[in-house]
Amino acid sequence: MTHATSPPSAVLHAVRFNHVSRHFGEVKAVDAVTLDIPEGEFFSMLGPSGSGKTTCLRLIAGFDQPTSGQIYLYGKNVSSLPPYERDVNTVFQDYALFPHMTVEENIAYGLMIKKVPKAERERRVEEMLELVRLPGLAGRKPSQLSGGQRQRVALARALINKPGVLLLDEPLGALDLKLRQQMQIELKSIQQQVGITFIFVTHDQEEALTMSDRLAVFNRGRIEQIGTPAEIYESPTTEFVAGFVGTSNLIRGEAAQTITGAPGMFSIRPEKIHLREADATIAAHECAAEGRIRDVVYLGMHTRYLVELNSGGDLTVVEQNLRTTSMDVLAAKGRRVRLVWERAHNRPISENSNQ
Amino acid sequence: MALTPNPFPNPFSRLSTFFYRYPRLSLFLLLAPPLLWLGVVYLGSLFALLAQSFFRFDDFSGQVVREFSIGAYLQLFTAANLDIILRTTGMATAVTLAAALLAFPLAFYIARYATGRLRASLYLAVILPLWSSYLVRVYAWKLILAKEGIVSWTLASLGLQGALDWVLGLPVIGGPSLSFSFIGMFFVFLYIWLPYMILPIQAALERVPNSLLEASGDLGARPLQTFWNVTLPLAFPGVVAGSIFTFSLTLGDFIIPGTIGNSSFFIGMAVLQHQGTAGNFPLAAALTVAPMVIMGVYLLIARKLGAFDAL
Repeated sequence: MTHATSPPSAVLHAVRFNHVSRHFGEVKAVDAVTLDIPEGEFFSMLGPSGSGKTTCLRLIAGFDQPTSGQIYLYGKNVSSLPPYERDVNTVFQDYALFPHMTVEENIAYGLMIKKVPKAERERRVEEMLELVRLPGLAGRKPSQLSGGQRQRVALARALINKPGVLLLDEPLGALDLKLRQQMQIELKSIQQQVGITFIFVTHDQEEALTMSDRLAVFNRGRIEQIGTPAEIYESPTTEFVAGFVGTSNLIRGEAAQTITGAPGMFSIRPEKIHLREADATIAAHECAAEGRIRDVVYLGMHTRYLVELNSGGDLTVVEQNLRTTSMDVLAAKGRRVRLVWERAHNRPISENSNQ
Repeated sequence: MALTPNPFPNPFSRLSTFFYRYPRLSLFLLLAPPLLWLGVVYLGSLFALLAQSFFRFDDFSGQVVREFSIGAYLQLFTAANLDIILRTTGMATAVTLAAALLAFPLAFYIARYATGRLRASLYLAVILPLWSSYLVRVYAWKLILAKEGIVSWTLASLGLQGALDWVLGLPVIGGPSLSFSFIGMFFVFLYIWLPYMILPIQAALERVPNSLLEASGDLGARPLQTFWNVTLPLAFPGVVAGSIFTFSLTLGDFIIPGTIGNSSFFIGMAVLQHQGTAGNFPLAAALTVAPMVIMGVYLLIARKLGAFDAL
């Protein structure tokens, strides 16, 4: 399913995909994707490996050409233009810093190619080093930098040309967790500072939810859903999105019939469900399911319960350890419980999702 | 901490444990044979050569006198020897430049475009000549380049006899026929040493990640600009490695100048003659030191030019 949530036409689209496909023989890496990304947006492409997100990025950069369809940058059809004629710059997954050049030469590369005078080059490199918070490292070689520093140099090198669109291909993948979280915040603030449209490719849903204005969830070369992080998380429209972004309980068939009174498949987030005593009563706006706690996983801040429903299937429930301790929660294993949640949190899932 | 001893100790596992505990000893035992070889046979003979070059040669008796003398080195600067050194260096330079120019596109194609079977056959084509005898190939070239050989015949059939005559009529590089000229010798050198230039360049080009070339294009560089700014600098250590082969092999060779060409002396031939026929070991040794000095200077210049920055 492809949702083109078109903003008002007054907004200039930085990137526009019109039925873009990229096939490699039999493999449909990108399959009839239509997409609008307004100027100044932080847009993420989220999906598992092989879902087509990186191919989409390469199509925008010009490293690859679409088999069919058109790609527009700021209204101009660039489908067959080479990378060096597109106003787009890329931060590569492996950073792709030139090993024979210093940090300064790397960052100034684009300006050197454009034959910008040396004095201005130096001034702008200085600005960029300031922006990515790497002052004083201009003379180093990439091999003398840490992973996080290389990442910042790659970012500075791509931003110095002031591109219309900045593409980021899983740039945080190689960093450790703490550094990654710090860079997420920093990237977002840099984007707001420079005001350039960022297109961020990632397989990490948390990363996409943290940074994006909007995101597209990719699966098998197609876009499953486009929306704000809240929309994607709170209202997944397909089974794939419900399962890929966060964890979801999918309830279908007989279990759905028992719980809601209707047979339609729906999803419910584990943190929306509350564990109650087996004989607890529920309010009119709530729904409930009965079962037995089959497994308990203590995760420090919260606990994950796996509950086997009487009507068949399992439900995952996450509860914060507000008052309980690990001893309490682990003792809950095997208990019969009633699961209660607000009816409003049920999300109907279309059965004919892209599988 | 008490370790449970292995209930079935066997001598091999004890030996393994012993070496595991003393990694420096293992390293020493592993490195001793090659280091001995390198130190005694390789550097030792080099040192002996250096020592020889400082002995005195008595012209009168034809004997080497074991007294310190720089006579051999002074002799290098006589017109005849200087001529030999310059001629050999000039040839080596020409061969190296031509080899680099010929090898680069082929290495580039093999490393970046050819795949599967084509790549394997190109690779094989490059190294196949190395499987046959060097002497056979040089003598084959003598026939190919001879006055009645296939090259002259083909050019004559194409009506290009005039062009060949004109080239052979050029001063210095010309001669009575291709096989008796520096031009012919140049072609044979080029043919014989070309694989030694192709292979290192190809290896260097293969180590350049594709994302670097994409990054260059992404930042606005046209393919030719990418080539000059990224591909060539990163492949340059390979070119230098290849040129060390072609340059030094040409400097030391005595078969090709003895077989093809107008019997003007090259360093290798001079060494052979002074040492073999004349018994003038000091001069032969000094003549051998000359290419080593030239190579040293060459490498210093290459380093100054940043040839090894990408290593």
